[in-house]
Amino acid sequence: MSDATPTPTATPERPQLPAQSPPVDPAETAVAGDKAASTGKLSWWRGDGGEGAKRNLGLIGVLAALIAVGAITKPDLYGDPTWVWNNVLAILQLASVVGVVTVGMTFVIIGGGIDLSVGAIVALAGVWCTTVATQSYGAGGMIFAAIAVGICVGLVNGVLISYGRLVPFIATLAMLVAARGLAAQISNKQTQVSTSTVINDIAARKVLGIPILVYILGAVVLAGWVLLNRTTFGRRTIAVGGNPEAARLAGINVRRHTMLLYALSGLCCGIAAIMLTSQATSAQAAMANLYELDAIAAAIIGGTLLSGGRGTIVGSLLGVIIFATITNLFAINGLSIEAQNMVKGGIIVAAVLVQQFQFKSFTRLLARNRLTTTP
Amino acid sequence: MAQPEEIAATGPADAGTQAPLVEAPADTVAGEVVLRLTDLVKTFPGVRALDGVQLEVRAGEVHCLLGQNGAGKSTLIKVLAGVHQPDSGQVEWRGEPITFANPQAAMRAGIATIYQELDLVDDLSVGENAFLGHEPRRMGFVRRGHMARRTRQILGRLGHGEIPPGRMVRALPAAGKQIVSMARALSHEARLIIMDEPSAVLAHDEVGNLFRIIRELTAQGIAVIYISHRLEEIREIGDRVTVLKDGRTTAANLPARDTPTRDLVSRMTGRSIEYVFPERPAAGPAGAELLQVDGLTRSGEFADVSLDVRAGEIVGIAGLVGSGRSELLETIYGARPAEAGTVRMAGKALRAGSVGAAVRAGMGMAPEERKSQALLLGEPIYRNVTLATFGRYARFGFTNAGAEEAEADRIAESLELRPRDVRRPVRTLSGGNQQKVVVGRWLLGDTKLLLLDEPTRGVDIGARAELYQVIRGLAARGVGVLLVSSEVPEVLGLADRVLVMREGRVIREAPAGELDENTVLDLVMAGSLMEGAPA
Ligand SMILES: Nc1ncnc2c1ncn2[C@@H]1O[C@H](COP(=O)(O)OP(=O)(O)OP(=O)(O)O)[C@@H](O)[C@H]1O
Ligand SMILES: [Mg+2]
Repeated sequence: MSDATPTPTATPERPQLPAQSPPVDPAETAVAGDKAASTGKLSWWRGDGGEGAKRNLGLIGVLAALIAVGAITKPDLYGDPTWVWNNVLAILQLASVVGVVTVGMTFVIIGGGIDLSVGAIVALAGVWCTTVATQSYGAGGMIFAAIAVGICVGLVNGVLISYGRLVPFIATLAMLVAARGLAAQISNKQTQVSTSTVINDIAARKVLGIPILVYILGAVVLAGWVLLNRTTFGRRTIAVGGNPEAARLAGINVRRHTMLLYALSGLCCGIAAIMLTSQATSAQAAMANLYELDAIAAAIIGGTLLSGGRGTIVGSLLGVIIFATITNLFAINGLSIEAQNMVKGGIIVAAVLVQQFQFKSFTRLLARNRLTTTP
Repeated sequence: MAQPEEIAATGPADAGTQAPLVEAPADTVAGEVVLRLTDLVKTFPGVRALDGVQLEVRAGEVHCLLGQNGAGKSTLIKVLAGVHQPDSGQVEWRGEPITFANPQAAMRAGIATIYQELDLVDDLSVGENAFLGHEPRRMGFVRRGHMARRTRQILGRLGHGEIPPGRMVRALPAAGKQIVSMARALSHEARLIIMDEPSAVLAHDEVGNLFRIIRELTAQGIAVIYISHRLEEIREIGDRVTVLKDGRTTAANLPARDTPTRDLVSRMTGRSIEYVFPERPAAGPAGAELLQVDGLTRSGEFADVSLDVRAGEIVGIAGLVGSGRSELLETIYGARPAEAGTVRMAGKALRAGSVGAAVRAGMGMAPEERKSQALLLGEPIYRNVTLATFGRYARFGFTNAGAEEAEADRIAESLELRPRDVRRPVRTLSGGNQQKVVVGRWLLGDTKLLLLDEPTRGVDIGARAELYQVIRGLAARGVGVLLVSSEVPEVLGLADRVLVMREGRVIREAPAGELDENTVLDLVMAGSLMEGAPA
């Protein structure tokens, strides 16, 4: 391409416009070439996208800061490698149940929805799989029951939202109330003890020095990552959440996919129910209380946009681990739950602020769209 | 938070008095240089969007900006509007160097902007949008009646008194929204009004209206910066032209009327492009029957439309915005359920209201509004290109990003997408390049019938010629094309057969060769914007 054109002089079109041309140096008009092309950054983890990866680095920074606080307040403990290793495992174990729920939640939120019923589904699945009748089928029956209950309840959510056109917030809020009610009804408000050693061993055992619960978390996170970043299901999730109309006009069955997302969340709840039942060796209607808030908070901290269309599994995992680390930090320092909750609240706000900071240009764009002058 | 005293001081005239459309500030001097840019540079990560821009705008002139897609026109006006801050260079506003920290500052200084991408709030009314952020107030309360009156007045002057100020913007067709964003720009007291491709969504008669307004504005000494890819418009309304290429000024202050087209094009593109449509193939044997539409009806939108498209044929629909053409396309595609009538592909009836069925039968549609209907702005280009086809590259449900990128790259190449890197988010592309992504999506795979709604909206001259070639090439391979465009020459030049729509009915059908522009325009005229809008 060449565009060495001579500088023209202006010929005034209207008499009141005196002829004058700002100097444009012909040399300056030399080809700028294809400088614009192909300087794009490669994403750090392909599929997670550059921005997501950058934000995840920020989360790792937060985690490092928390560990530093721990090391400063308890230097004696952090000086002992065995204790540190065991503490890491303790944190991961603490994070495991909510972590599994958060993976499902992340999909729902990326898909443009929200699931407030996850805690209730965990409780219902837990109670269902520990009834005397279910336990008579053994561990396999219990696992099947928990997962089937989770998926079915999730499907009900999904059908109400995508075909019944209910707002996700309302539909899953109703499900929260109803599922806890049903769990209380089934359990007669009693704590149901699990007599299955197989189930109870899941939380008690370690393999190669690592608790089985941590393996389950790892497997679910890995599966979630692959599903989101490497499959057509994940691609549809991002499309449906990012621009439902565009997804529909591209031939994607938005309603069916939305329904499947809630079923997926229910599946994660079913798995979490088994883990939690195993940890407590029992189940009751009040278990997994407020897990929905923990899961949503972890996903948001991890960079999932509440409006849908963007989010990462790795970010959500980091969000859960950060929360677990805070809990752990307060426990080893003997501080109260109340103080811990206040710090958690602060962290949520701080994380969202940091995200907005990173999306400065984006928010500026929004600001321009919403408010054209000072309100 | 607000500055009520300032609004009271400079706000529009009070109710009752007959305010002019826009009141030029009293100290406006015709011919005075109001804006001078020197060596303006603005970079985004990986792109120098502006690389030394010179621009001089005088009071009372229409200064046109010309340049290819991605040349930096929109970036330039966003710097002027305070949306972006320049990296270096000088902005001189009425003789004084200035930087606008935010859009509010630019507006207070008297620069009003109509952006390329509509920036209205869908869930607010027309009036609320027009006065968004500077609502007329008394003691902190919005004066709704006054606002509605002012809005009606402005809309009336814009030739669209029929748009009710209380109507939700969501319910307006695309062109109606464009009118509202114009009304917004005119609701300010401005010395400079910037219009970034305002005509892209407007039909022929609307453009005439727009030009009348522009002449009224300039007669009052208000300066206008006008961006368009249509040279005819620039010749008609422009006084001087500045040409941008790759972020630089390659020619400044050319006379808009007398500069030969050849010169303008070569300064924009660095080469000469013959702005021609690809030749129609000699009439061979008619292709197989592909699409058959019978008596399709949706009340309030269109009625009893029957048409057919054969394999390898390009059928164009001409009609005003609001004549029901976009709705017709969406209904054929299943995006809107038909009330009566049938759509058949290769003889088989399609389920009404099912996009999935249409896509499975081999249809693809590039919708009218790219931002709301077609793009995932935060996702990479290649994923947007393959949004409808990623399943075809997948095996056992696992996506194949490598193959997708390669295909997207091929499309990017054939449509001259710039920058070429398909991993960038679509959000960072210029408007015309985003449009290429929307159309490019359906050039992949085995689409048998392409429904194109304003496919060249915002696309520059060079890329447009490429796009025409590509579409003609598809037809040569047996793909049927149904094309809707506001530009009559495009319909006549590209299509084999033309349907003319007015008020939801097909009023004429003829081979393109038997019609000329004036005949079509005569047929098409009549009807207004609001008739296509859902009540
Ligand atoms: N937010 C952004 N981030 C990164 N790059 C950007 C961004 N906005 C624009 N660009 C790049 O800057 C260049 C100029 O874009 P601009 O929108 O100004 O073009 P334009 O002249 O308005 O083109 P069009 O005719 O298509 O509207 C393009 O290469 C574009 O990709
Ligand atoms: Mg632009």
